[in-house]
Amino acid sequence: MKALLKIITVRIGFALPTLLIVATLTFFGMALQPGDPAQALLGRDAAPESLAALRLELHLNEPIQVRYFTWLNDTLHGRLGTSFANKRDVVELIASRIGNTLFLAAFAAVLSIPFSLIIGVLTAHFRNSIFDRIVNIVSLSFVSFPEYFIGYIFIVIFAIKLRIFPSLAQIDPDSGFLSRVYQTFLPALTLSLAMSSHIMRLTRASVLNVVSSPFVEMAKLKGLSPLRVVVTHVLPNSLGPIINVVVLNLAYLVVGVVVVEVVFVYPGLGQLFVDAAAQRDFPVVQSITLLFAATYIGLNLIADVLAIATNPKLLHAR
Amino acid sequence: MRKLLTVRGLRIEAQSGGGRWTPVVNGLDLDLDCGEVLGLVGESGAGKSMTGLALMGYARDGTRIESGKISFDGVAVDNASESTIRSLRGARIAYVAQSAISSFNPAYRIITQYMEVPVLREYRTKQQAQAEAIELYARMRLPQPETIGFRYPHQLSGGQLQRAMTAMAMSCQPDLIIFDEPTTALDVTTQVEVLAAIKEVIRLHNTAAIFISHDLAVVAQMADRVMVLRSGNLVECANTRTILKAPAQDYTKSLWALRNSRKPEIPPTDQTPLLSVANLTARYTQGGDVLNDVCLAVGKQRTVAVVGESGSGKSTLARVITGILPPRAGAVFLNGRALPPKLKMRSPQDLRDIQMIYQSADTALNPRQTIGTILSRPLKVHRGLKSSEIDARIKELLEMVELPSEFSPRYPGELSGGQKQRVAIARALAAEPQIIICDEITSGLDQLVAENILKLLLKRQKEFGLSYLFITHDLATVDAIADDVAVMYQGRVVDHGVRSKVLAPPFHKYTEELLASVPQMDPDWLDNLLKARAAG
Amino acid sequence: MFAVLNALRRSPVIVWISIAVLALYIFAALFAPLVAPFGETQIVGRAYEPWSTHFLLGTDNLGRDMFSRLIYGARNTIAITFIITILSSLLGSGAGVIAALFGGWVDQFLGRTVDVAMSVPALILALLLVSFLGNSVPILVLIVTFIEATRIFRVARSAAAAVVVTDYMEDANLRGESLSWKIFREILPNIMPPLMADFGLRFCFVVLLISSLSFLGLGIQPPTADWGSMVRDNATLISFGDTTPLLPAAAIGTLVIAINLIVDRIIDLSSGSPS
Repeated sequence: MKALLKIITVRIGFALPTLLIVATLTFFGMALQPGDPAQALLGRDAAPESLAALRLELHLNEPIQVRYFTWLNDTLHGRLGTSFANKRDVVELIASRIGNTLFLAAFAAVLSIPFSLIIGVLTAHFRNSIFDRIVNIVSLSFVSFPEYFIGYIFIVIFAIKLRIFPSLAQIDPDSGFLSRVYQTFLPALTLSLAMSSHIMRLTRASVLNVVSSPFVEMAKLKGLSPLRVVVTHVLPNSLGPIINVVVLNLAYLVVGVVVVEVVFVYPGLGQLFVDAAAQRDFPVVQSITLLFAATYIGLNLIADVLAIATNPKLLHAR
Repeated sequence: MRKLLTVRGLRIEAQSGGGRWTPVVNGLDLDLDCGEVLGLVGESGAGKSMTGLALMGYARDGTRIESGKISFDGVAVDNASESTIRSLRGARIAYVAQSAISSFNPAYRIITQYMEVPVLREYRTKQQAQAEAIELYARMRLPQPETIGFRYPHQLSGGQLQRAMTAMAMSCQPDLIIFDEPTTALDVTTQVEVLAAIKEVIRLHNTAAIFISHDLAVVAQMADRVMVLRSGNLVECANTRTILKAPAQDYTKSLWALRNSRKPEIPPTDQTPLLSVANLTARYTQGGDVLNDVCLAVGKQRTVAVVGESGSGKSTLARVITGILPPRAGAVFLNGRALPPKLKMRSPQDLRDIQMIYQSADTALNPRQTIGTILSRPLKVHRGLKSSEIDARIKELLEMVELPSEFSPRYPGELSGGQKQRVAIARALAAEPQIIICDEITSGLDQLVAENILKLLLKRQKEFGLSYLFITHDLATVDAIADDVAVMYQGRVVDHGVRSKVLAPPFHKYTEELLASVPQMDPDWLDNLLKARAAG
Repeated sequence: MFAVLNALRRSPVIVWISIAVLALYIFAALFAPLVAPFGETQIVGRAYEPWSTHFLLGTDNLGRDMFSRLIYGARNTIAITFIITILSSLLGSGAGVIAALFGGWVDQFLGRTVDVAMSVPALILALLLVSFLGNSVPILVLIVTFIEATRIFRVARSAAAAVVVTDYMEDANLRGESLSWKIFREILPNIMPPLMADFGLRFCFVVLLISSLSFLGLGIQPPTADWGSMVRDNATLISFGDTTPLLPAAAIGTLVIAINLIVDRIIDLSSGSPS
């Protein structure tokens, strides 16, 4: 147990500086841009005095180290600046959308994870059967076609031709839960398909890896029933790798939401990010990058830790 | 005594890469009485393992039981239903695998895995099974038998696990246990413990057993009858004592020829030794010293065998001598001159004079280079040969190791283990060194192949005046090739000198233990050893 | 190369179809000006004309021939993807081998840099860098090359590290072999299999990344014909139920599937036989 805690602490010890380095790089990337942030905020026709006053407020005249630490301090206290594009407070912008993105991601995860785990285990069990081959081709297709392709195809089939679901997800803050589910179904489905493919394939590989171990052969040679071999001997040892796969795929959601939200015009962080990048709205770009990076790093950390925690060799020291 | 097991015409096939099925066991017949122990002996590839598994109605992926009648206590295993076969396994026929650490489920405690079958089949309650397990562990002389079962597999040593696996096989008191090379991966001193434990336990319950091994001496200790297999065919089958005293077939005789070869004694001279190490202490980045104050000398045209078990530091010694691992203290001398401790600082001549041959030729030869390329490197680097001279020299080298010159454009993957090791020897000879360090070079090879390699080395030693530092754990090899012996134990040299002195009484305590643990071709050897231990 | 094709001969039908598809795409990419009926940016009719014998796939939002744009798109997309894949493979493998060979602080430095770069997902990092550096074609190539090189670094490093600890590598060290011999004759031939497999799959990742960037408006800019941006430009047509704008995306998907099937087959073959 002590060894486990030590490993976790070391991992966290690596994760935090990594996040800090990413943050620092985004700061310097922004700070070294040509152009004047004050002007960007006030517009071309701003009076010189207002510009000067704003520059003072944003510490733009100070040496870069001071600016960096001021920025770092502000960020750690949750003051993320003002959007260049629409002059709103970045924190407020993010807050208004983060709920939507989380809902979409959670929905996709719920649709994807249980289903693909089961199919993954089944394809491992029925290795090289017709079922396995079909699943292989289908899942290959879902990761090969761009997400926007799949999204638009769904729109054409379900929204336009069949008219079951709306093509544009219109959610406002007061939408009820069921209404949300209805509006978000197509984007969530699109997201979940690519995720499912990855989970299915990696689950299959993990299970097959365990199935070919000598101790599984031993279990068979002890005369245990195939069901018992799978449940008692294969699954507990596949748990670690599979959990790892699932958590890593949750990390994939961070990327998937970007394209899917644009296709369905879904009011989430992904769309905000793309718009901000196109408009060079640095405060927004920076803040969302940090948020995504922190989530991504955090999920990888959890995957790492869970993989270690499910390894009996590491849990019980020699 | 009724027959427990009858096998007639067993044929097993294996699938090669291209998809074709080739026979690996050709029509084997086998009989076993209740309570009898049958030994299956043969070199690797003889089909012993596959035969053992077939008796349980099991064929690994890529193999299949093509035909044959297998009858276990009246039940026809060859065409029984899956559920019939399953009911036999674990309860009436049990299996003990070669690698215990891989065969235990890492997620469960040892004792839980013991109890699995008897409780599931309702032969015992949980409490009964647990109590019996502890009793067995005690009988097999496992440390702390009351608590050891509650540990996880990775917390036990190899020898302990092997005994635990045997206990697990006994859990339903089966009629037959199949032991598949159970002690091959263990040190000799550990092997003795495990063999003793197995013998006691199967005697106690009058369990029949099939004991598979490539080591005839080991099998001789355990079996009443011995079957010799070669390339899937039966060579000979007889009573143990008969087969040891008067083997009928030449092949059987050749299987332990190695144990009888002995290098004639050559008295040492007073010259300065070719290579010597003084007070060598070394360690890897973590942990304590792997070598502690080691002193050793190798004379000109002499072979020093460095003997020890795993963890003795013998391989580390080789790496310090070659300069891969600089020592913490002490020095290495070549022809009386101290060598720079780090490889980088050594002269080209130093690099040439000391050559190394590794244990596994699979990892010692670059799989993506032809034999010709591999041999050309030392010729270019150490001997400065021009391209025009290289081809001729390669031919000579291949002749020296008794390989045809057609091998030059081939890749290592196309050669057998013995052939690859010969290429490794040729590579070492190409540099025209003064001393060659051989790190367990025959350990992975079959006895016949190993013997030929040793003969080859001896021939070249005479021809070129080479010295060898021969690292091994096998005392029979020492007899065959060494002039001097150094015995290592936990990083120290505990005994050294001329072979006849070290390997004869009075012994150092550890040397005595080592020698005593080597199985002899005497069926009573193990019993006598155990009696002597109990008395002394 | 011919050994590979020879070995592929005894393959399932679907692998052969994949090879044909790949060949078709390469042909279109190489001979685009000869094959396409109209020019890349040539306006030939009104916007969004339906499929006809004159314009096989109709026209796009500015009245250009979709079919021709699709073919030129093959050329542009495949060309830029190929260049990026080659550059990132060279950069990533080179760094990976160096890291494995030298170890120590070189390995630590390169490894940590890659860790940091990989802590932000590829698309996010690409969008971030584009917002900082712009999205001209050279900048895009640089950004995506860097991003993909980090992934290849890990593959190359782990493969090279396995070679560096072998006995034959130690033997080469004992002989005092030169650095260039060790890299090119000892390590490289042994890490080629995983690297080659990675090359094919890397091509797929790059084409998907570039097309996503273009689709989001931050990749290849019009009027250059690019499969990703073409979907974006003509998206309004989709809301009328016409799937023509999705053809470029379908083209990407088909290419990726084909490459995956070929790479899978090659991996199967090489793990079966010893050479």
